[in-house]
Amino acid sequence: MEDYIIRVENLTKKFGSFTANDNLSFFVRKGEVFGFLGANGAGKTTAIRILCGLLKPTSGNIEVAGYDVSRQSNKVKKNIGYMSQKFSLYEDMTIKENFRFYGGIYGMSGKAIREKTEHYLHKLGLEKEKNTVISSLPLGWKQKLAFSVAIMHDPRIIFLDEPTGGVDPITRRQFWEMIYEAAASGITVFVTTHYMDEAEYCQRVSIMVDGRIEALNTPEKLKEQFRVDSMEDVFIKLARGQQ
Amino acid sequence: MRTILFILQKEFIQIFRNKTMLPIIFVVPLVQLMVLSYTATFEIKNVNLFIVDQDNSPASRNLASKFKGSPFYTVVDFSVSYIVAEEALINNKTDQILQIPPGFEKGIISHKESNLQVTTNAINGSAASLMSAYALSIIKDYNSNIIVEQLGLRHPPDPIRISSAFWYNPELNYFTYMVPGILVLLVTIISAFLSAMNIVREKEIGTIEQINVTPIRKYQFIVGKLIPFWFIALFELAFGLILAKLMFDIPMLGSLGLIFFVAGVYILVTLGLGLLISTLTNTQQQSMFLTYFFMIIFILMSGLFTPVQSMPEWAQWLNKLNPIAYFIDVMRMVLLKGSVFSDISKQFFSLLGLAVLLNMLAVWRYRKVA
Repeated sequence: MEDYIIRVENLTKKFGSFTANDNLSFFVRKGEVFGFLGANGAGKTTAIRILCGLLKPTSGNIEVAGYDVSRQSNKVKKNIGYMSQKFSLYEDMTIKENFRFYGGIYGMSGKAIREKTEHYLHKLGLEKEKNTVISSLPLGWKQKLAFSVAIMHDPRIIFLDEPTGGVDPITRRQFWEMIYEAAASGITVFVTTHYMDEAEYCQRVSIMVDGRIEALNTPEKLKEQFRVDSMEDVFIKLARGQQ
Repeated sequence: MRTILFILQKEFIQIFRNKTMLPIIFVVPLVQLMVLSYTATFEIKNVNLFIVDQDNSPASRNLASKFKGSPFYTVVDFSVSYIVAEEALINNKTDQILQIPPGFEKGIISHKESNLQVTTNAINGSAASLMSAYALSIIKDYNSNIIVEQLGLRHPPDPIRISSAFWYNPELNYFTYMVPGILVLLVTIISAFLSAMNIVREKEIGTIEQINVTPIRKYQFIVGKLIPFWFIALFELAFGLILAKLMFDIPMLGSLGLIFFVAGVYILVTLGLGLLISTLTNTQQQSMFLTYFFMIIFILMSGLFTPVQSMPEWAQWLNKLNPIAYFIDVMRMVLLKGSVFSDISKQFFSLLGLAVLLNMLAVWRYRKVA
């Protein structure tokens, strides 16, 4: 039991009479790459925002990194990283300045910030661009940088909300390599995506339909259960079944 | 504390990297001082006068020449027909008509009395009363000349002699009155607009999400956002005061330290207002309009252009919530009268109250949890 890093029990979120999350319960293991799938409007973003402490749940018990999200949201925030599809780096600042700012507000020391910056710039091969403003970089680089910035303070969990939207296949592949590397270093990865091939990369996958989790298992088991060959077909079957 | 320093560093980088920022800081005050100071004038220096001289006598010509000689008057036309003159008034070709009726001189010489008619365009009421006062004073002057010169009488001594002295602005210099107020506008516009746009901008580009998932505390973020604009606005004030001294030689009788002390609190009010607006809106456009709405009302009610004492009672009451009115008072009192803290304590504490109120509202409205 102790190795669950995210525990969600009976999470419900209502906006007026609309129920965005209907009694969700799931657990995520430490170091796991957990895929959180669902069609547009299924309630993924609402759930991820609640887990990050950006939104208060209507009811339910939610623990992230060992802290209750409604009561200890600042402790939760110290231990998580977040990267959304909406681009999160400051476009008018340089790569180095962005690292410095985000490292600084997580309370990292000046030395640690410099080391991490060097490390990621070296890894991405962007040493020469460290004083380039973000707005003049291609989207793929920006996404990889945003990911690096989101994990530079060594969070225990990283939440990725459709991180690869609008990115070319090669960059997506490289991006997933970075995700695996982070997972290998012990960071739990919680990722939402639209790309069903990416779902295959996840260790476990949950699929949301209309505010409820309709399936949760490893990709292999899900394909077996629905007797199809790909996650795409699993997804379509579930989404259809609902209509 | 360290977190705030990182936010400050980021804000200053962004502010000074913004290419429109430096012109806003340096050109706006110059233009505002130059344009507003010269154009927002109450003095009427150039009254267009139409003279209808139906007497055509030495006396009537003498009176006409008095008007022609006045620096305030430009005689645009003569006629003997009042109808022609009235047409000029309707066409806006003239502001005032002086009608000297036939028999004017005869009336004076035969020791009786004579009549004159002055017609003034009173669409702008305050301008009209000024123009009418100018005309009356010229005619009065002429009148006493007749008594002394033409009729050979000694001017009867006035039982009460009135001599006026104008305090605090003895030459009735118009700039002396306006420039301190315009400096207030300058500081206000810079601080309110920039702060109102700033947080909304982060909402628009989406970085606020990223900030909200970090352990930054509300107050750290807000303090980090506001301090840069607080410094910029104080710098603006200093820059504006230097321009005011160099360009208009505005007297500075009171303590500049006091001015900056009150300004420090005043800017907290405008920053708080801007912040509150930015928590109520989602786009820079909305926040611009909302800020503009408040600014126009505050400025028009502030007593910058028209005295607050002549506003209706409800407006005077509403002005108790108007930070601009307080700070204009303070600027004029301290610069022109040399007022000290005890003279302006009412304004100071009102501003302090507004600063606390607005900032508390803004912090309460700004939630890291959406």
